[in-house]
Amino acid sequence: MKPIGPSHDAEVAVIGAGPAGIRAALVADGLGLRVVILDEAAQPGGQVYRAVPDALRPQAGETVGPDLRTGDGLRDRLAASGAGVRLERRVWSVLPDETGFRIDALGPDGPEIYRARAIIAATGTAERVVPFPGWTLPGVVGLAAATILLKAQRILPGQRTVVAGAGPLLMLVAAGILKAGGTVAAVVDLAGRADWLCCLPALIGRPDLLSRGLGWQLALRAKRVPILHRHTVLRAEGHDGLEGVTVCPVDAAGRPVPDGRTKTIEADALTIGHGLTPAIEMSRLLYAGHCFARERGGWVAEADADGRTSVPGLFVAGDGAGIRGAAAAEIQGELAALAAGRALGVLTEHDHGRRAAPLRRAHRRAARFGGAMARLMALRPAQVDAIPAETVVCRCEDVTRGAIDAAIADGADELNQIKHFTRCGMGPCQGRMCGETVAELLALRLGGRPAAGLWTARTPIRPIPLDAVLGQFDYADIPIPPPAHP
Amino acid sequence: MSGLRIGDRRQADGITITVDGRALTCRPGESVATALLAAGIRRLRASPTAGAPRGAFCMMGVCQECAIRIDGRVQQACLVPVRPGLRVELGPTA
Repeated sequence: MKPIGPSHDAEVAVIGAGPAGIRAALVADGLGLRVVILDEAAQPGGQVYRAVPDALRPQAGETVGPDLRTGDGLRDRLAASGAGVRLERRVWSVLPDETGFRIDALGPDGPEIYRARAIIAATGTAERVVPFPGWTLPGVVGLAAATILLKAQRILPGQRTVVAGAGPLLMLVAAGILKAGGTVAAVVDLAGRADWLCCLPALIGRPDLLSRGLGWQLALRAKRVPILHRHTVLRAEGHDGLEGVTVCPVDAAGRPVPDGRTKTIEADALTIGHGLTPAIEMSRLLYAGHCFARERGGWVAEADADGRTSVPGLFVAGDGAGIRGAAAAEIQGELAALAAGRALGVLTEHDHGRRAAPLRRAHRRAARFGGAMARLMALRPAQVDAIPAETVVCRCEDVTRGAIDAAIADGADELNQIKHFTRCGMGPCQGRMCGETVAELLALRLGGRPAAGLWTARTPIRPIPLDAVLGQFDYADIPIPPPAHP
Repeated sequence: MSGLRIGDRRQADGITITVDGRALTCRPGESVATALLAAGIRRLRASPTAGAPRGAFCMMGVCQECAIRIDGRVQQACLVPVRPGLRVELGPTA
Protein backbone atom coordinates (compact mmCIF):
# COMPACT_ATOMS: atom_id res chain seq x y z
CA MET A 1 0.00 0.00 0.00
CA LYS A 2 1.15 3.49 -0.71
CA PRO A 3 1.80 5.66 2.34
CA ILE A 4 -1.33 7.60 3.26
CA GLY A 5 0.29 10.83 4.28
CA PRO A 6 3.42 12.50 5.53
CA SER A 7 4.84 11.18 8.79
CA HIS A 8 6.09 13.24 11.74
CA ASP A 9 8.12 12.05 14.70
CA ALA A 10 8.01 13.46 18.22
CA GLU A 11 8.92 12.37 21.71
CA VAL A 12 5.73 13.71 23.25
CA ALA A 13 2.44 14.16 21.41
CA VAL A 14 -0.15 16.28 23.19
CA ILE A 15 -3.69 15.73 21.92
CA GLY A 16 -5.87 18.75 22.57
CA ALA A 17 -4.70 22.36 22.88
CA GLY A 18 -6.90 23.54 25.73
CA PRO A 19 -5.74 24.66 29.20
CA ALA A 20 -4.20 21.25 30.07
CA GLY A 21 -2.71 20.56 26.64
CA ILE A 22 -1.02 23.94 26.21
CA ARG A 23 0.54 23.76 29.68
CA ALA A 24 1.69 20.20 29.02
CA ALA A 25 3.30 21.21 25.72
CA LEU A 26 5.05 24.20 27.33
CA VAL A 27 6.52 22.13 30.16
CA ALA A 28 7.55 19.22 27.92
CA ASP A 29 9.19 21.69 25.54
CA GLY A 30 10.97 23.26 28.50
CA LEU A 31 12.39 19.83 29.36
CA GLY A 32 14.02 19.76 25.93
CA LEU A 33 11.63 17.14 24.56
CA ARG A 34 10.52 17.21 20.93
CA VAL A 35 6.83 18.07 21.31
CA VAL A 36 3.93 18.16 18.91
CA ILE A 37 0.49 19.41 19.97
CA LEU A 38 -2.60 18.70 17.87
CA ASP A 39 -6.07 20.24 17.97
CA GLU A 40 -9.16 20.34 15.79
CA ALA A 41 -9.68 24.07 16.14
CA ALA A 42 -8.04 26.79 14.07
CA GLN A 43 -6.50 28.34 17.22
CA PRO A 44 -5.23 26.86 20.49
CA GLY A 45 -7.27 27.56 23.62
CA GLY A 46 -9.86 24.82 23.89
CA GLN A 47 -13.37 25.78 24.99
CA VAL A 48 -12.91 27.93 28.11
CA TYR A 49 -9.95 29.89 26.70
CA ARG A 50 -11.34 29.74 23.17
CA ALA A 51 -9.73 32.13 20.70
CA VAL A 52 -11.89 34.74 18.99
CA PRO A 53 -11.50 35.08 15.19
CA ASP A 54 -9.48 38.23 14.41
CA ALA A 55 -12.38 40.00 12.71
CA LEU A 56 -14.61 39.45 15.76
CA ARG A 57 -12.15 40.40 18.50
CA PRO A 58 -13.18 43.15 20.92
CA GLN A 59 -12.51 46.56 19.35
CA ALA A 60 -10.51 49.33 20.99
CA GLY A 61 -12.46 50.52 24.02
CA GLU A 62 -14.26 47.20 24.52
CA THR A 63 -13.24 45.08 27.49
CA VAL A 64 -11.35 41.85 26.95
CA GLY A 65 -12.82 39.16 29.22
CA PRO A 66 -10.58 37.29 31.70
CA ASP A 67 -10.82 33.97 29.83
CA LEU A 68 -9.83 35.55 26.52
CA ARG A 69 -6.97 37.37 28.26
CA THR A 70 -5.68 34.15 29.87
CA GLY A 71 -6.08 32.32 26.56
CA ASP A 72 -4.18 35.01 24.65
CA GLY A 73 -1.31 34.72 27.14
CA LEU A 74 -1.12 30.94 26.72
CA ARG A 75 -1.39 31.22 22.92
CA ASP A 76 1.51 33.68 22.84
CA ARG A 77 3.67 31.44 25.00
CA LEU A 78 2.84 28.37 22.92
CA ALA A 79 3.68 30.20 19.68
CA ALA A 80 7.02 31.33 21.16
CA SER A 81 7.86 27.81 22.37
CA GLY A 82 9.63 25.08 20.45
CA ALA A 83 6.51 22.87 20.39
CA GLY A 84 5.20 21.96 16.95
CA VAL A 85 1.66 23.35 16.91
CA ARG A 86 -0.54 21.44 14.46
CA LEU A 87 -4.03 22.95 14.26
CA GLU A 88 -7.13 21.92 12.31
CA ARG A 89 -6.02 18.31 12.90
CA ARG A 90 -8.72 15.77 13.67
CA VAL A 91 -7.10 12.83 15.46
CA TRP A 92 -9.08 9.75 14.45
CA SER A 93 -6.85 6.90 15.55
CA VAL A 94 -4.20 6.24 18.19
CA LEU A 95 -2.50 2.86 18.28
CA PRO A 96 0.54 1.39 19.99
CA ASP A 97 3.49 0.74 17.68
CA GLU A 98 7.12 -0.31 18.02
CA THR A 99 8.33 3.18 19.04
CA GLY A 100 5.44 4.05 21.31
CA PHE A 101 2.32 5.29 19.59
CA ARG A 102 1.09 5.99 16.09
CA ILE A 103 -1.41 8.82 15.75
CA ASP A 104 -3.50 9.26 12.62
CA ALA A 105 -4.89 12.72 12.00
CA LEU A 106 -6.78 14.41 9.23
CA GLY A 107 -5.57 17.94 8.50
CA PRO A 108 -6.32 20.64 5.95
CA ASP A 109 -3.87 19.04 3.51
CA GLY A 110 -5.09 15.51 4.04
CA PRO A 111 -4.10 12.59 6.24
CA GLU A 112 -1.00 12.68 8.44
CA ILE A 113 0.75 10.21 10.71
CA TYR A 114 2.49 11.19 13.93
CA ARG A 115 4.71 8.88 15.94
CA ALA A 116 5.49 9.60 19.57
CA ARG A 117 7.07 7.84 22.53
CA ALA A 118 4.54 9.32 24.94
CA ILE A 119 1.03 10.72 24.58
CA ILE A 120 -0.63 13.28 26.80
CA ALA A 121 -4.37 13.07 26.16
CA ALA A 122 -5.93 16.43 27.03
CA THR A 123 -9.12 15.94 25.09
CA GLY A 124 -11.55 17.86 27.30
CA THR A 125 -15.23 17.17 27.56
CA ALA A 126 -18.53 16.97 25.79
CA GLU A 127 -21.58 18.71 27.18
CA ARG A 128 -24.30 16.50 28.56
CA VAL A 129 -27.92 17.45 27.92
CA VAL A 130 -30.55 15.20 29.48
CA PRO A 131 -33.33 14.82 26.88
CA PHE A 132 -36.80 16.33 27.29
CA PRO A 133 -39.70 16.66 24.86
CA GLY A 134 -38.86 19.22 22.18
CA TRP A 135 -35.10 19.31 22.79
CA THR A 136 -34.48 18.59 19.12
CA LEU A 137 -36.30 21.75 17.99
CA PRO A 138 -34.18 24.36 16.17
CA GLY A 139 -33.56 27.15 18.65
CA VAL A 140 -32.56 24.78 21.46
CA VAL A 141 -28.77 24.80 21.92
CA GLY A 142 -26.31 23.65 24.56
CA LEU A 143 -25.08 25.91 27.36
CA ALA A 144 -21.50 25.45 26.18
CA ALA A 145 -22.77 26.28 22.69
CA ALA A 146 -24.09 29.56 24.05
CA THR A 147 -20.69 30.45 25.51
CA ILE A 148 -19.14 29.92 22.07
CA LEU A 149 -21.83 32.01 20.36
CA LEU A 150 -21.42 34.84 22.85
CA LYS A 151 -17.65 34.87 23.33
CA ALA A 152 -16.16 33.61 20.06
CA GLN A 153 -18.90 34.29 17.50
CA ARG A 154 -20.28 37.51 19.00
CA ILE A 155 -23.91 36.64 18.49
CA LEU A 156 -26.89 36.16 20.79
CA PRO A 157 -28.60 32.75 20.75
CA GLY A 158 -31.97 34.47 20.25
CA GLN A 159 -34.07 37.58 20.85
CA ARG A 160 -35.49 36.13 24.09
CA THR A 161 -33.48 33.33 25.66
CA VAL A 162 -34.26 30.91 28.48
CA VAL A 163 -31.04 29.73 30.17
CA ALA A 164 -31.50 26.36 31.86
CA GLY A 165 -29.73 23.38 33.36
CA ALA A 166 -27.08 23.06 36.05
CA GLY A 167 -23.75 24.48 37.11
CA PRO A 168 -21.76 27.70 36.83
CA LEU A 169 -22.31 28.10 33.08
CA LEU A 170 -25.93 29.11 33.81
CA MET A 171 -24.93 32.41 35.38
CA LEU A 172 -22.03 32.98 33.00
CA VAL A 173 -24.27 32.60 29.95
CA ALA A 174 -27.18 34.60 31.38
CA ALA A 175 -24.90 37.47 32.40
CA GLY A 176 -23.15 37.28 29.02
CA ILE A 177 -26.44 37.67 27.18
CA LEU A 178 -27.37 40.70 29.30
CA LYS A 179 -23.96 42.29 28.82
CA ALA A 180 -24.35 41.94 25.07
CA GLY A 181 -27.69 43.73 25.21
CA GLY A 182 -29.86 40.64 24.86
CA THR A 183 -32.90 39.51 26.82
CA VAL A 184 -32.91 36.62 29.28
CA ALA A 185 -36.51 35.43 29.74
CA ALA A 186 -35.55 33.31 32.77
CA VAL A 187 -32.78 31.30 34.39
CA VAL A 188 -33.98 27.79 35.24
CA ASP A 189 -31.61 26.10 37.69
CA LEU A 190 -31.87 22.44 38.72
CA ALA A 191 -29.98 23.30 41.89
CA GLY A 192 -31.59 25.05 44.81
CA ARG A 193 -30.09 28.00 46.68
CA ALA A 194 -29.03 25.56 49.41
CA ASP A 195 -27.06 23.48 46.89
CA TRP A 196 -25.09 26.58 45.90
CA LEU A 197 -24.50 27.49 49.55
CA CYS A 198 -22.98 24.03 50.09
CA CYS A 199 -20.29 25.07 47.58
CA LEU A 200 -19.34 28.21 49.49
CA PRO A 201 -16.45 26.68 51.48
CA ALA A 202 -14.83 25.60 48.20
CA LEU A 203 -15.58 28.94 46.55
CA ILE A 204 -13.89 30.93 49.27
CA GLY A 205 -10.58 29.45 48.15
CA ARG A 206 -11.00 31.21 44.82
CA PRO A 207 -12.01 34.81 45.61
CA ASP A 208 -11.43 35.82 41.97
CA LEU A 209 -14.00 33.35 40.66
CA LEU A 210 -16.33 33.99 43.59
CA SER A 211 -16.40 37.69 42.78
CA ARG A 212 -16.99 36.94 39.11
CA GLY A 213 -19.94 34.78 40.13
CA LEU A 214 -21.33 37.48 42.39
CA GLY A 215 -20.96 39.98 39.55
CA TRP A 216 -23.11 37.76 37.34
CA GLN A 217 -25.75 37.48 40.10
CA LEU A 218 -25.86 41.26 40.49
CA ALA A 219 -26.23 41.77 36.73
CA LEU A 220 -29.19 39.38 36.68
CA ARG A 221 -30.80 41.07 39.65
CA ALA A 222 -30.35 44.54 38.14
CA LYS A 223 -32.27 43.45 35.03
CA ARG A 224 -34.88 41.66 37.17
CA VAL A 225 -34.31 38.35 35.41
CA PRO A 226 -36.48 35.65 37.02
CA ILE A 227 -34.22 32.97 38.55
CA LEU A 228 -36.13 29.76 39.11
CA HIS A 229 -34.16 27.59 41.51
CA ARG A 230 -34.88 23.87 41.71
CA HIS A 231 -36.80 24.03 38.44
CA THR A 232 -36.40 22.22 35.17
CA VAL A 233 -37.53 22.40 31.56
CA LEU A 234 -40.51 20.09 31.18
CA ARG A 235 -40.98 20.71 27.42
CA ALA A 236 -39.72 22.88 24.61
CA GLU A 237 -42.72 24.13 22.63
CA GLY A 238 -42.89 24.86 18.89
CA HIS A 239 -43.29 23.29 15.45
CA ASP A 240 -40.50 24.30 13.06
CA GLY A 241 -38.55 26.01 15.80
CA LEU A 242 -38.71 26.97 19.44
CA GLU A 243 -41.59 29.23 20.50
CA GLY A 244 -41.77 28.64 24.24
CA VAL A 245 -40.31 26.77 27.18
CA THR A 246 -42.51 25.03 29.74
CA VAL A 247 -40.88 24.80 33.15
CA CYS A 248 -41.83 23.19 36.45
CA PRO A 249 -40.29 22.54 39.90
CA VAL A 250 -38.09 19.50 40.56
CA ASP A 251 -37.59 17.50 43.75
CA ALA A 252 -34.22 17.26 45.47
CA ALA A 253 -33.22 14.33 43.23
CA GLY A 254 -33.92 16.28 40.04
CA ARG A 255 -37.27 14.68 39.12
CA PRO A 256 -39.82 17.09 37.60
CA VAL A 257 -42.87 17.71 39.79
CA PRO A 258 -45.43 19.40 37.55
CA ASP A 259 -47.74 21.38 39.80
CA GLY A 260 -49.43 24.75 40.02
CA ARG A 261 -46.11 26.42 39.32
CA THR A 262 -45.80 24.86 35.85
CA LYS A 263 -45.72 27.65 33.28
CA THR A 264 -44.75 28.37 29.69
CA ILE A 265 -42.25 31.11 29.01
CA GLU A 266 -42.24 32.70 25.57
CA ALA A 267 -38.78 32.42 24.01
CA ASP A 268 -37.09 31.86 20.65
CA ALA A 269 -33.95 30.38 22.17
CA LEU A 270 -33.26 27.89 24.93
CA THR A 271 -29.70 27.21 26.01
CA ILE A 272 -29.51 24.18 28.25
CA GLY A 273 -26.81 21.95 29.70
CA HIS A 274 -26.60 19.43 32.52
CA GLY A 275 -22.89 19.18 33.06
CA LEU A 276 -19.85 17.86 31.28
CA THR A 277 -18.66 14.37 30.45
CA PRO A 278 -14.94 13.61 30.01
CA ALA A 279 -13.89 12.65 26.47
CA ILE A 280 -12.19 9.29 27.00
CA GLU A 281 -12.15 7.87 23.46
CA MET A 282 -8.37 7.88 23.25
CA SER A 283 -7.61 6.11 26.54
CA ARG A 284 -10.42 3.66 25.79
CA LEU A 285 -8.98 2.88 22.37
CA LEU A 286 -5.61 2.15 24.01
CA TYR A 287 -7.26 -0.22 26.53
CA ALA A 288 -6.34 1.83 29.60
CA GLY A 289 -8.22 0.93 32.77
CA HIS A 290 -11.25 3.14 33.48
CA CYS A 291 -13.53 3.72 36.45
CA PHE A 292 -16.89 5.42 36.92
CA ALA A 293 -16.73 8.60 39.01
CA ARG A 294 -20.07 10.40 38.89
CA GLU A 295 -18.76 13.46 40.75
CA ARG A 296 -15.99 13.85 38.15
CA GLY A 297 -18.41 13.70 35.21
CA GLY A 298 -18.67 9.96 34.56
CA TRP A 299 -16.20 7.40 33.22
CA VAL A 300 -12.55 8.46 33.50
CA ALA A 301 -9.22 6.77 32.89
CA GLU A 302 -7.71 5.36 36.08
CA ALA A 303 -4.73 7.61 36.72
CA ASP A 304 -2.49 8.78 39.53
CA ALA A 305 -2.07 12.42 40.60
CA ASP A 306 0.43 12.96 37.74
CA GLY A 307 -1.89 11.55 35.08
CA ARG A 308 -0.11 8.19 34.59
CA THR A 309 -2.62 5.66 33.25
CA SER A 310 -2.39 1.86 33.26
CA VAL A 311 -0.84 2.09 29.75
CA PRO A 312 2.89 2.93 29.89
CA GLY A 313 3.53 6.16 28.00
CA LEU A 314 -0.11 7.31 28.06
CA PHE A 315 -0.90 10.25 30.32
CA VAL A 316 -4.20 12.07 30.82
CA ALA A 317 -4.76 15.65 31.95
CA GLY A 318 -7.48 18.25 32.24
CA ASP A 319 -11.24 17.84 32.24
CA GLY A 320 -10.87 14.80 29.96
CA ALA A 321 -9.32 13.07 32.99
CA GLY A 322 -12.22 14.11 35.27
CA ILE A 323 -14.06 17.43 35.50
CA ARG A 324 -12.16 19.84 37.74
CA GLY A 325 -12.19 23.08 35.75
CA ALA A 326 -9.67 25.07 33.73
CA ALA A 327 -7.41 26.16 36.60
CA ALA A 328 -6.90 22.58 37.80
CA ALA A 329 -6.50 21.46 34.19
CA GLU A 330 -3.55 23.80 33.63
CA ILE A 331 -1.73 22.34 36.63
CA GLN A 332 -2.57 18.77 35.62
CA GLY A 333 -1.12 19.43 32.18
CA GLU A 334 2.16 20.47 33.76
CA LEU A 335 2.18 17.42 36.04
CA ALA A 336 1.53 15.09 33.11
CA ALA A 337 4.40 16.65 31.14
CA LEU A 338 6.76 16.19 34.09
CA ALA A 339 5.65 12.57 34.43
CA ALA A 340 6.26 12.06 30.70
CA GLY A 341 9.69 13.65 31.09
CA ARG A 342 10.45 11.26 33.94
CA ALA A 343 9.23 8.28 31.89
CA LEU A 344 11.39 9.32 28.93
CA GLY A 345 14.43 9.73 31.14
CA VAL A 346 15.03 13.48 30.84
CA LEU A 347 14.18 14.08 34.51
CA THR A 348 15.80 12.29 37.44
CA GLU A 349 13.58 10.90 40.16
CA HIS A 350 14.84 13.65 42.45
CA ASP A 351 14.25 16.53 40.02
CA HIS A 352 10.84 15.17 39.11
CA GLY A 353 9.82 15.01 42.75
CA ARG A 354 11.12 18.50 43.45
CA ARG A 355 9.12 20.04 40.61
CA ALA A 356 5.97 17.93 40.95
CA ALA A 357 5.38 18.30 44.70
CA PRO A 358 4.31 21.99 44.72
CA LEU A 359 2.18 21.41 41.61
CA ARG A 360 0.38 18.51 43.27
CA ARG A 361 -0.43 20.76 46.23
CA ALA A 362 -1.64 23.55 43.92
CA HIS A 363 -3.75 21.05 42.02
CA ARG A 364 -5.47 19.86 45.18
CA ARG A 365 -6.40 23.48 45.96
CA ALA A 366 -7.66 24.21 42.44
CA ALA A 367 -9.54 20.92 42.28
CA ARG A 368 -11.51 21.80 45.40
CA PHE A 369 -13.26 24.61 43.56
CA GLY A 370 -13.60 22.61 40.34
CA GLY A 371 -14.90 19.65 42.30
CA ALA A 372 -17.65 21.69 43.94
CA MET A 373 -18.77 22.92 40.52
CA ALA A 374 -18.59 19.39 39.08
CA ARG A 375 -20.80 18.09 41.89
CA LEU A 376 -23.42 20.74 41.06
CA MET A 377 -23.36 19.46 37.47
CA ALA A 378 -23.28 15.72 38.21
CA LEU A 379 -25.89 13.72 36.35
CA ARG A 380 -29.06 13.22 38.42
CA PRO A 381 -30.43 9.69 37.80
CA ALA A 382 -33.98 10.68 38.77
CA GLN A 383 -33.96 13.30 36.01
CA VAL A 384 -33.09 10.60 33.46
CA ASP A 385 -35.73 8.27 34.90
CA ALA A 386 -38.37 10.95 34.32
CA ILE A 387 -37.76 11.25 30.55
CA PRO A 388 -41.14 10.54 28.86
CA ALA A 389 -41.33 7.44 26.63
CA GLU A 390 -41.96 9.37 23.38
CA THR A 391 -38.92 11.63 23.85
CA VAL A 392 -36.08 11.26 21.36
CA VAL A 393 -32.89 10.22 23.21
CA CYS A 394 -30.58 9.48 20.26
CA ARG A 395 -30.84 12.54 18.03
CA CYS A 396 -28.94 11.03 15.10
CA GLU A 397 -31.19 8.00 14.69
CA ASP A 398 -34.42 9.33 16.28
CA VAL A 399 -34.46 6.56 18.92
CA THR A 400 -36.92 7.26 21.74
CA ARG A 401 -36.72 6.43 25.42
CA GLY A 402 -39.59 3.99 24.82
CA ALA A 403 -37.56 2.12 22.20
CA ILE A 404 -34.63 1.87 24.59
CA ASP A 405 -36.85 0.59 27.40
CA ALA A 406 -38.31 -1.96 24.97
CA ALA A 407 -34.80 -3.15 24.08
CA ILE A 408 -33.98 -3.54 27.76
CA ALA A 409 -37.23 -5.49 28.26
CA ASP A 410 -36.21 -7.67 25.30
CA GLY A 411 -32.98 -8.61 27.05
CA ALA A 412 -30.41 -5.95 26.14
CA ASP A 413 -28.31 -5.83 29.29
CA GLU A 414 -25.32 -3.73 28.25
CA LEU A 415 -24.74 -0.47 26.37
CA ASN A 416 -23.49 -2.06 23.15
CA GLN A 417 -26.50 -4.37 23.02
CA ILE A 418 -28.82 -1.35 23.14
CA LYS A 419 -26.87 -0.07 20.14
CA HIS A 420 -27.34 -3.37 18.29
CA PHE A 421 -31.04 -3.56 19.15
CA THR A 422 -32.01 0.06 18.41
CA ARG A 423 -29.22 1.80 16.37
CA CYS A 424 -28.94 4.20 19.31
CA GLY A 425 -25.40 5.62 19.22
CA MET A 426 -24.72 4.47 15.65
CA GLY A 427 -25.18 7.89 14.04
CA PRO A 428 -22.56 10.46 13.11
CA CYS A 429 -22.18 11.86 16.66
CA GLN A 430 -20.95 8.37 17.61
CA GLY A 431 -23.04 8.24 20.76
CA ARG A 432 -21.60 11.42 22.27
CA MET A 433 -25.00 13.08 22.70
CA CYS A 434 -27.00 10.06 23.91
CA GLY A 435 -24.44 7.77 25.55
CA GLU A 436 -24.76 9.14 29.07
CA THR A 437 -28.55 9.00 28.99
CA VAL A 438 -28.73 5.48 27.57
CA ALA A 439 -26.18 4.21 30.06
CA GLU A 440 -28.13 5.80 32.90
CA LEU A 441 -31.42 4.27 31.68
CA LEU A 442 -29.70 0.87 31.70
CA ALA A 443 -28.13 1.53 35.08
CA LEU A 444 -31.57 2.27 36.54
CA ARG A 445 -32.56 -1.31 35.64
CA LEU A 446 -29.24 -3.01 36.34
CA GLY A 447 -28.40 -1.17 39.54
CA GLY A 448 -25.39 0.91 38.61
CA ARG A 449 -23.34 2.40 35.82
CA PRO A 450 -20.46 -0.12 35.88
CA ALA A 451 -22.95 -2.87 35.01
CA ALA A 452 -24.33 -0.81 32.11
CA GLY A 453 -20.89 -0.77 30.48
CA LEU A 454 -19.34 1.56 27.93
CA TRP A 455 -19.53 1.91 24.15
CA THR A 456 -16.76 -0.17 22.61
CA ALA A 457 -14.05 2.23 21.44
CA ARG A 458 -13.41 2.02 17.72
CA THR A 459 -11.59 3.95 15.06
CA PRO A 460 -12.33 6.46 13.76
CA ILE A 461 -12.73 8.03 17.21
CA ARG A 462 -13.89 11.23 15.48
CA PRO A 463 -16.04 11.23 12.36
CA ILE A 464 -14.04 11.69 9.16
CA PRO A 465 -14.88 11.41 5.47
CA LEU A 466 -13.44 8.04 4.46
CA ASP A 467 -12.31 9.22 1.02
CA ALA A 468 -10.10 11.80 2.75
CA VAL A 469 -8.00 9.19 4.55
CA LEU A 470 -7.89 6.51 1.91
CA GLY A 471 -5.12 8.32 0.04
CA GLN A 472 -4.34 7.00 -3.43
CA PHE A 473 -6.24 3.83 -2.85
CA ASP A 474 -6.16 1.12 -5.47
CA TYR A 475 -7.80 -2.27 -5.11
CA ALA A 476 -4.68 -3.81 -6.68
CA ASP A 477 -2.76 -2.59 -3.61
CA ILE A 478 -4.71 -4.77 -1.19
CA PRO A 479 -2.33 -7.55 -0.13
CA ILE A 480 -4.05 -10.86 -0.86
CA PRO A 481 -2.35 -13.90 0.66
CA PRO A 482 -1.79 -16.77 -1.75
CA PRO A 483 -4.19 -19.71 -1.43
CA ALA A 484 -3.09 -22.31 1.10
CA HIS A 485 -3.22 -25.14 -1.47
CA PRO A 486 -2.24 -24.02 -4.95
CA MET B 1 -35.08 40.71 11.28
CA SER B 2 -32.40 39.71 13.73
CA GLY B 3 -30.06 42.15 15.34
CA LEU B 4 -28.55 39.18 17.13
CA ARG B 5 -24.99 40.19 16.28
CA ILE B 6 -23.03 41.73 19.15
CA GLY B 7 -20.73 44.73 18.96
CA ASP B 8 -19.37 46.21 15.77
CA ARG B 9 -21.97 45.58 13.07
CA ARG B 10 -20.31 47.63 10.38
CA GLN B 11 -18.81 44.57 8.78
CA ALA B 12 -22.06 42.61 8.85
CA ASP B 13 -22.09 42.72 5.04
CA GLY B 14 -18.37 42.04 4.66
CA ILE B 15 -18.75 38.63 3.01
CA THR B 16 -21.46 37.29 0.71
CA ILE B 17 -22.32 33.59 0.60
CA THR B 18 -25.29 31.88 -1.01
CA VAL B 19 -27.89 29.82 0.84
CA ASP B 20 -30.03 27.66 -1.46
CA GLY B 21 -29.07 30.07 -4.25
CA ARG B 22 -30.01 33.26 -2.37
CA ALA B 23 -27.32 35.75 -1.38
CA LEU B 24 -26.63 36.18 2.33
CA THR B 25 -24.25 38.76 3.72
CA CYS B 26 -22.21 37.90 6.79
CA ARG B 27 -19.49 39.17 9.08
CA PRO B 28 -15.90 37.98 8.60
CA GLY B 29 -14.87 35.48 11.27
CA GLU B 30 -18.33 33.97 11.58
CA SER B 31 -19.03 30.29 11.06
CA VAL B 32 -21.70 29.28 8.56
CA ALA B 33 -23.90 28.27 11.53
CA THR B 34 -23.57 31.77 13.02
CA ALA B 35 -24.33 33.47 9.71
CA LEU B 36 -27.49 31.39 9.33
CA LEU B 37 -28.56 32.13 12.93
CA ALA B 38 -28.01 35.85 12.33
CA ALA B 39 -30.26 35.61 9.25
CA GLY B 40 -33.00 33.95 11.30
CA ILE B 41 -32.49 30.57 9.61
CA ARG B 42 -32.78 28.11 12.50
CA ARG B 43 -33.93 24.94 10.71
CA LEU B 44 -30.96 23.50 8.85
CA ARG B 45 -32.11 20.00 7.97
CA ALA B 46 -34.59 17.25 8.74
CA SER B 47 -33.65 14.26 10.88
CA PRO B 48 -33.11 11.29 8.56
CA THR B 49 -35.53 8.88 10.24
CA ALA B 50 -38.44 10.92 11.58
CA GLY B 51 -37.99 13.94 9.29
CA ALA B 52 -38.18 16.30 12.24
CA PRO B 53 -36.71 19.81 11.95
CA ARG B 54 -33.18 20.20 13.30
CA GLY B 55 -30.79 23.07 13.82
CA ALA B 56 -27.28 23.68 15.13
CA PHE B 57 -27.03 22.39 18.70
CA CYS B 58 -23.55 22.04 20.24
CA MET B 59 -21.63 24.63 18.14
CA MET B 60 -18.36 22.77 18.79
CA GLY B 61 -18.32 20.05 16.19
CA VAL B 62 -19.65 17.20 18.32
CA CYS B 63 -23.37 16.69 17.69
CA GLN B 64 -23.40 16.75 13.86
CA GLU B 65 -26.85 18.39 13.83
CA CYS B 66 -25.57 21.21 11.60
CA ALA B 67 -24.02 18.87 9.00
CA ILE B 68 -25.28 20.33 5.71
CA ARG B 69 -23.95 20.59 2.17
CA ILE B 70 -21.34 23.33 1.99
CA ASP B 71 -19.55 23.80 -1.33
CA GLY B 72 -20.99 20.48 -2.44
CA ARG B 73 -19.74 18.47 0.53
CA VAL B 74 -21.50 17.60 3.81
CA GLN B 75 -19.71 19.62 6.47
CA GLN B 76 -20.49 20.88 9.97
CA ALA B 77 -21.75 24.45 9.60
CA CYS B 78 -20.45 25.37 13.07
CA LEU B 79 -16.87 24.53 12.08
CA VAL B 80 -16.69 26.12 8.62
CA PRO B 81 -15.85 29.84 8.56
CA VAL B 82 -17.67 31.93 5.95
CA ARG B 83 -15.71 33.01 2.90
CA PRO B 84 -16.80 34.85 -0.23
CA GLY B 85 -18.83 32.73 -2.63
CA LEU B 86 -19.41 29.81 -0.24
CA ARG B 87 -22.41 27.76 -1.39
CA VAL B 88 -24.66 26.47 1.38
CA GLU B 89 -27.52 24.06 0.73
CA LEU B 90 -29.99 23.42 3.55
CA GLY B 91 -31.26 19.89 4.07
CA PRO B 92 -34.68 18.73 2.82
CA THR B 93 -37.82 19.98 4.58
CA ALA B 94 -38.78 16.48 5.72
